[in-house]
Amino acid sequence: MKKLVRAVAGLVMGGLIAATLLPGMAVAQQKVLKFIPQADLRILDPIATTAYITRNHGYMVYDTLFAMDAKFQVKPQMVDKWDVSKDGLTYTFTLRDGLKFHDGQPVRSADCIASIERWAKRDALGQKLAEATDAWSAVNDKTFRLKLKKPFPLTLEGLAKPSSNVPFIMPERIAKTDAFKNIDDATGSGPFKFVKAEWVPGNKVVYVKNTDYVPRKEAPSWASGGKVVKVDRVEWIYIPDSATAAAALNAGEADWWEQMPPDLIPLLAKNKEITVKNIDPLGSMGMIRFNFLYPPFNNEKMRQALLYAVNQQDYVIGIAGDPKNGKPCYSYFTCGTPLASEIGAEPLKGKRDFDKARQLIKEAGYKGEKIVIINATDQPIVHSQSLLTLDMLKKLGLNAEIQSGDWGTLITRRAVREPLDKGGWSIFHTWLVGPDMVNPGVNFPIRGTGDKAWFGWPTDARMEQLREAWFNAKDPAEAKKAADAVQRRAFEFVPIIPTGQFILPTAFRSNISGVIIAPIALLWNVEKK
Amino acid sequence: MSAAVIVAPKSVSPTWQRFRDAFRRHPTAIIGGAVLLLMILIAVFAPWLGTIDPQAVSPIRRLKPPSAEFWFGSDMLGRDVYSRVIYGARVSLVVGLVVAVLSILIGLTLGLVTGYIRWLDAIMMRIMDGLMSIPPVLLAIALMALTKASIENVIVAITLAEVPRVVRLVRSLVLTLREEPYVEAAIAAGTSLPRILVRHILPNTVAPLLVQGTYVCASAMITEAILSFIGAGTPPNIPSWGNIMAEARSLFQIAGYLLLFPGICLSLTVLAVNMLGDGMRDALDPRLARRM
Amino acid sequence: MAVVAFVVFLLLYLTPGDPAAILAGDAATVDDIRRIREKLGLDQPFVIRFGEWVWALLRGDLGTSIFTNLPVTHLIAQRIEPTVALTVCTLLVAVLVAVPLGVIAAAKAGTWIDRSVMGFTVLGFSLPVFVLAYILIMVFSIELDWLPVQGYRPISEGLWEWLRHLILPSIALGTVYMALIARITRASMLDVLAQDYIRTAQAKGLAPGAVLVGHALKNAAVPIVTIIGIGIALLIGGAIVTETVFAIPGIGRLTVDAILRRDYPIIQGVILIFSGAYVLINLAVDLSYMFFDPRIRY
Repeated sequence: MKKLVRAVAGLVMGGLIAATLLPGMAVAQQKVLKFIPQADLRILDPIATTAYITRNHGYMVYDTLFAMDAKFQVKPQMVDKWDVSKDGLTYTFTLRDGLKFHDGQPVRSADCIASIERWAKRDALGQKLAEATDAWSAVNDKTFRLKLKKPFPLTLEGLAKPSSNVPFIMPERIAKTDAFKNIDDATGSGPFKFVKAEWVPGNKVVYVKNTDYVPRKEAPSWASGGKVVKVDRVEWIYIPDSATAAAALNAGEADWWEQMPPDLIPLLAKNKEITVKNIDPLGSMGMIRFNFLYPPFNNEKMRQALLYAVNQQDYVIGIAGDPKNGKPCYSYFTCGTPLASEIGAEPLKGKRDFDKARQLIKEAGYKGEKIVIINATDQPIVHSQSLLTLDMLKKLGLNAEIQSGDWGTLITRRAVREPLDKGGWSIFHTWLVGPDMVNPGVNFPIRGTGDKAWFGWPTDARMEQLREAWFNAKDPAEAKKAADAVQRRAFEFVPIIPTGQFILPTAFRSNISGVIIAPIALLWNVEKK
Repeated sequence: MSAAVIVAPKSVSPTWQRFRDAFRRHPTAIIGGAVLLLMILIAVFAPWLGTIDPQAVSPIRRLKPPSAEFWFGSDMLGRDVYSRVIYGARVSLVVGLVVAVLSILIGLTLGLVTGYIRWLDAIMMRIMDGLMSIPPVLLAIALMALTKASIENVIVAITLAEVPRVVRLVRSLVLTLREEPYVEAAIAAGTSLPRILVRHILPNTVAPLLVQGTYVCASAMITEAILSFIGAGTPPNIPSWGNIMAEARSLFQIAGYLLLFPGICLSLTVLAVNMLGDGMRDALDPRLARRM
Repeated sequence: MAVVAFVVFLLLYLTPGDPAAILAGDAATVDDIRRIREKLGLDQPFVIRFGEWVWALLRGDLGTSIFTNLPVTHLIAQRIEPTVALTVCTLLVAVLVAVPLGVIAAAKAGTWIDRSVMGFTVLGFSLPVFVLAYILIMVFSIELDWLPVQGYRPISEGLWEWLRHLILPSIALGTVYMALIARITRASMLDVLAQDYIRTAQAKGLAPGAVLVGHALKNAAVPIVTIIGIGIALLIGGAIVTETVFAIPGIGRLTVDAILRRDYPIIQGVILIFSGAYVLINLAVDLSYMFFDPRIRY
């Protein structure tokens, strides 16, 4: 016991000394961009997690083979030229010159192949590509080839996937890591280098400019084009409390706040030095998700009933505060993107009809089964939606109850497939950024693959057929038709109920310019005076 | 608040006479008690005080400043803050009072026994140290997670955190008291242990424990608010002063009234509890009462 | 402390919340989570996990954070300085202000001085730390622009820089503590002042100040010191909130973050540190009883 006390005391003292000796870093002469990120970076592996903050970290340190631009066109990024065989079964890629990892090693074909293969084990679209893949092979150090078993028209879209999981290119030695094991080496070939020694999880992430990076010549558009870094150093300062973050930006202790609660806009609007802007063209989509395994929501009619009662106007205001920061979106695909439409959306769009909803509930044979909404109070977007849904269910006369915890509890609990009395659930809420819902390929909540589907585990063979048809579509017109069919089916089967589209504004000080308009905060091209 | 106390009736009845004497001698206790009583009455009669369903949402009418429709304004989901504050009195008072009573009773028992029986003392104090060294917040989150967020769990978690503090205080008093000549005399006279504890030690712990009790009660209400701040408090669909403030905390510069009204209620109640405690202490300690 | 370690481990083991699910992110499937859990060794039975942890602990290894893959000792070392600085500053401020306030209030019991001191302590109790913190930020950082809003600078970057960032957090955190100590000081002093030997001392014609400090305060010290010791846990609890509001990268924030993410190795490590510090401080408190009241024997 005494020994342990002494050991701990020693540790405390040792830590104190170590912490004091950490270099204070003289950075006065450098241009340092101070950025308040949306969340705390905890996980360095953008393949092991879909967390958006880790994806953003990925864009700092890694580069991609292709990237999507603001017009949804696939543009080459690390790739110089590529070639598709006539039968669509062979893709040949050649890397551009001068690509180097942060450890000084050149980027080789083997690195790209290993990275894509690891990505394809975790990402939903990547898994589809893997199903169609015969083999990847290196022609030489800079040229590699993909052979497919069957045509996969979305190959390049997959490699240019803008949001989680992004197929980032890592050195082969790291990319060989098991896809379910979290990597801790952030060596990439991207425009910034991660400074691990200065990383204080929960507080600060430091990147320095990668002076060896060779940007493309094109102008930046989303994550495509030239990634020209115009500062020497970027510090992500995580501030958990939004009122404090607003104060820090006001006081000039930070330059740029990635995502702010719209309710706090008036605080910053007074300050002439600060610009509040919606730079995210796609926003995010809120949603209600059901548990398909147990009553009452294993009944299609019950889910359809709620379509008549959900008032997206309420949800948008509840989430985004001001109606300016959001709008209803009566589609299963991100509004403002090519596949979005209001086909089949009448039940959700029309005048809210509680009588119709009650009638459907009656037809469904609802017998007062308990409905449990699981809620996370530390996530305002989840919390607001949960309270609104609870209110709606009560107005419909349903036996609803809310059970609150933190986000960690919610996402653990939603993985429980047991009935309610054994810790199960009926409804949870979440949101996805626009790029994650643009088409039937990336939109994972609509999948109906039962056990393999997303939490809630719907089984819908018809939906899977329709999705397959979309994957195999030969041209944009056919793809659009296939996507319309997917949406029509979604409004019948109701895998989720979209609750609207909202945009969280970004705020930056007037000494910052060159912020790229994109659904992801990208830190190149940004200048600081 | 104290208006009810000050209004003088026309004829002076003997009861009124006694009351007025008590008031004159210990005004703080009476005022404190009256405010506390008022809060309790508000809590009990919440449904009849012009309130609507404190959980009813109406996003269109969110963040409205106080008006004839929303006396205390509306919050970010358009809920009526007046109704929430009135209903919130229930949670905060129940948490405060129950925790105070429970932790004083448990703490007193354990403290008396451990302060007196030396071999038990060592063991008990190590257990208490262990319990105290775990931050109450962690204890609370673990309890919430083990079952689910509920008022009972908030009470249990805060009580667990408060008990060791009471035990330590009682023990330190006992350590001092048992060296007093009259206790030593009692021991020498062969008085039994329970008798010594009850007759000689217990009465001397009452005054400090009252001070401590008011502190525990007040601190429990504050702790409840802090737990809400970290997301481990009263479930947010049940309004409490703590979680009304916690939910609105980031808006403190935009919609200050969201924090103001529950804040005033909380402070007022804590003030009342403390005044009551101080007053009772003065009344119960004759030596001090003579001096004042 | 061994008991604490075991209880904590058991508690965490029973706590729902699966780091694998949190690690995987929003889009994961149940199957993904299961495979991650296997990789982390979280599917092992309790006894094996506890055994492995204790075995590593005996070699001075607190394990590796599930999320960041950094050693827990490294993560804790990064954060010790801010928390120690914050608590020491708070403690100093609180004791230096509260004890004299309590003594004066007791000496002038019943006067307006007493009442205003008591009023202040009640106010200190009645404001939740985060509300007070926001008020301080609003007044001193935003309106007056005297002090920084948030953050922490290591002492190696200069004494003033360091102190500047600690002033508001220390006041926010210290107020409750100050109120508590002042109250106990006053209550305890009043008890002592009513004792016969004080009256004797006064009757002997000793200077009132000497009686107050030399006789009364020394005899009133036991409950005061007790409450200072007990208050350490209160301080740590408050530090969690203070560190969150002021974005100070201390142990408190580390703990909350780790709890919210179920990063078990960090939680276990931090609690061991807390218990260790706590045991040491209260040992000092127990020893100080002997100094203030020689009649107490150990």
